[in-house]
Amino acid sequence: MTTFLGLPLTEAQRRESVDPASASGHTDHPPRMGFFTDTSVCIGCKACEVACKEWNAVPDDGLKLTGMSYDNTESLGASTWRHVAFIEQPVTRAARPEGAGPDGGSAVVGGADGIRWLMSSDVCKHCTHAACLDVCPTGALIRTEYGSVIVQSDVCNGCGYCVPACPYGVIDIREEDGRAWKCTLCYDRLEVGLEPACAKTCPTDSIQFGELDELRERANQRLDQLHANGTTNARLYGESPDDGVGGQGAFFLLLDEPEVYGLPPDPVVTTRDLPAMWRGAGLAAASLLAGIAMSFIGSKPAATSAKQRKVGRR
Amino acid sequence: MSTSDVTREGIRGARPGREAMGANQTAPTVIADGLSIERDQRGQRGQRGQRRKAERAMVPKAEFRSYYGRPVLKPPTWKALDIAGYLFLGGLAGASSTIAAGAELTGRGRLAKHGKIGALAAISLGAVGLVHDLGRPSRFANMLRVLKPTSPMSVGSWLLSAYAPAAGVAALTSVFGRFTGLGRAATFGAGLLGPAVASYTAVLISDTAAPAWHDAYQEMPFIFVGSAATAAGGLGLLTAPVREAGPAARAALLGAGVETAGLHIMKRRIGLAAETYDQGRAGALMKAAEALTAVGAAATVVGRAGRRSRAASAIGGTALMAASVCTRFGIFEAGRASTEDPKYTVVPQRERIDQAPR
Repeated sequence: MTTFLGLPLTEAQRRESVDPASASGHTDHPPRMGFFTDTSVCIGCKACEVACKEWNAVPDDGLKLTGMSYDNTESLGASTWRHVAFIEQPVTRAARPEGAGPDGGSAVVGGADGIRWLMSSDVCKHCTHAACLDVCPTGALIRTEYGSVIVQSDVCNGCGYCVPACPYGVIDIREEDGRAWKCTLCYDRLEVGLEPACAKTCPTDSIQFGELDELRERANQRLDQLHANGTTNARLYGESPDDGVGGQGAFFLLLDEPEVYGLPPDPVVTTRDLPAMWRGAGLAAASLLAGIAMSFIGSKPAATSAKQRKVGRR
Repeated sequence: MSTSDVTREGIRGARPGREAMGANQTAPTVIADGLSIERDQRGQRGQRGQRRKAERAMVPKAEFRSYYGRPVLKPPTWKALDIAGYLFLGGLAGASSTIAAGAELTGRGRLAKHGKIGALAAISLGAVGLVHDLGRPSRFANMLRVLKPTSPMSVGSWLLSAYAPAAGVAALTSVFGRFTGLGRAATFGAGLLGPAVASYTAVLISDTAAPAWHDAYQEMPFIFVGSAATAAGGLGLLTAPVREAGPAARAALLGAGVETAGLHIMKRRIGLAAETYDQGRAGALMKAAEALTAVGAAATVVGRAGRRSRAASAIGGTALMAASVCTRFGIFEAGRASTEDPKYTVVPQRERIDQAPR
C-alpha cells in the first residue's frame, strides 16, 4: 500500500513521513495538525480530561480511587481520550545536583526532603505510521486530511485488532458498545475551524494545538530554554520523524524517561516488519505443502501396499 | 525560567516545584521504582499474589522503571476460546485439506474423505468463533469491505472466503458422491489454499505490539504450520484406516518436529519475552503441549511399526491434536501475558536505546 513498510526510511520516504495525509491519498489538504504537550507547565488540573469527555460525549468509565497519587483515571482507553498522569518522586538532598542552576538547586534549600511532582496529559499519538490504521481490516480507521487518525464508528465491527497493535496502548474496545474508540483530534471541531477541546481548555497552555511543523519548532525552542535554565532532564518525546513510528502527530516534552510516564521508550510500528512476516509465512506455507507432499512419497498407493502386505503376511 | 518570582519564592520556601529537578535523578529514581514494584505486587490476583511476593523477595529488584507498574500496552480483547480456538481450527482445516488432496491423488479414499469432512467442520467452527468474537457480529461482512495487505486480518478474510467454499464443496461432493469433477477441482483448490490458511494466522498475531508475538515473527509461521501438520496428521491417524494413514503419520511427525524446533529456536532468540512461554497459564499449556506431542509421537511410531495397531494410531492421533490445541492456546496466553507486564515492553526498548549509537 505504501512504500515505507519494512524498509529503512529513505529521503523520499522521510518526506512522505512528514506528510501522511498525502501518502493516504488526500490532495490539496490542510497542513498536518497535532498536539505539543509541554508537561513542564502541566498543573494536573484535568480540565483536558473533562473537556474531552464533555465535547465528545464520552461515557464515564467507572469511579474508583487507585492510590496512584491524584490519578484515578489510570490510563488511556476506549472512554478516556486524555489521561493526566501524576508521578510523585521523592527527592533527597543527595539527589540535589551539584552546581545546578538557581532553579534546579533551590528546591530543597529548606533542608527537608521533598517530592517533585510530574504531571503529564497523555493522548493518542496520531502516528505518522499508525499500526492501528495499518492492521484495521475493515477500513474503519482512516487518515484524515489533517494527518490525524480516526475511527469511523459506523464501519468498525469490533474485531479488536487495533488494540494489541498500538505500541502505546491507546485504543481499546468499549465493552458495552463493542467497537474501538480513541481520540479524534476533535475532527468535528477542526472541520469548523476550532481547536480540540482539550487544548482550548488547558489553562497553562501545556496542551498546544497547531501545525505540526510549527509545534516542533516551538518545542525545540522550549527545550533549549529549559536546558539553559538547568533543567537538563527535559527531553522531547515523539518529536522526531526518524523514530519507530515516523514521528508522533501528538508529541511531548517530558522531564524524565518516557517509561516513568507509562510511555514506551522506543516504540516501533509493528507493520515495519510485516513484509518480512509475509515472506516468512509464504515460505512456511510452501514448506507445509512440500512436507505433506513428501509424506505421500515413498509409500505406494494404498491399494497396492495393502495387497503387498497381505502377500507379506502369508 | 519562565515562571514568576512569586512561584519561585513559593518553591524555595516549601516544596519542590516542576523546575525543582536539575540533572541528577539517581536517588528519586530508585525510590520511585520501589513504589512501582510495590504497586505491581498489589496488582496481583488473589492467592497468586502471595507466591509472587515471595518470588520477588528472592530476586533482585526489576531493573526498569514504569508508571505504577501498569502495562504500557493494552492486552488483546480477543477471547481465548474464539481466537486461540481459531488458530487451532484454521491450522487443522488448512493442513487437512492438503492431506486430503494428497490422499485423493494417491488413491487413499478414506483418508481423503475424512480429511475433507474434518477441514469443513474445523473451518466452519472456526468461522463461527471469529464472528462471535467481533464486538459487532452483525457487521462481520465489513471484513470484505476493503482488501488491505497491511492487515493480515483483511488478507485472511479474503483467503477464507476463497478457501472455505472450496473446502465445503470438496467435503459435500465427497460425502454425497455427486459432481465428482467439481469435487476434485475443489479438493485441489482447497489443498493449495490450505497451507496459506494455516500460516497467515502467524502473521496475524505477530503483526501486533505484543512482545511475545511480535518478537517471534521469524519462527511463528513455521511453528504454526508445524502445529497445523501435527493436528491434521493426528486427525488422519484417528479417522483413516491404518493402511491409508501412513502419510498422515509422517506429516504429523514431521510437523511435530518442525513445531518443536521452531519453538526452541524462537525462545532462545527473542530474549526477555521468551519467559512468558514458560510462566503461568501459558507455561502450563506449553508444557502440556510438549508432553502430549511426545506421547502422541511415540504412540504414532508404535502404531505404525511392525504389526500396525489401530488403537495406538488413534491414541497417537488424539494426543497430537490435543498437543496442537495446547500449543495454540499457550502461544495465545503468552502474547497476552507479555502485554500485561510493562517489563516486556520497557526493558527491551530501553536496551535498544542504550545500545544505539548516539
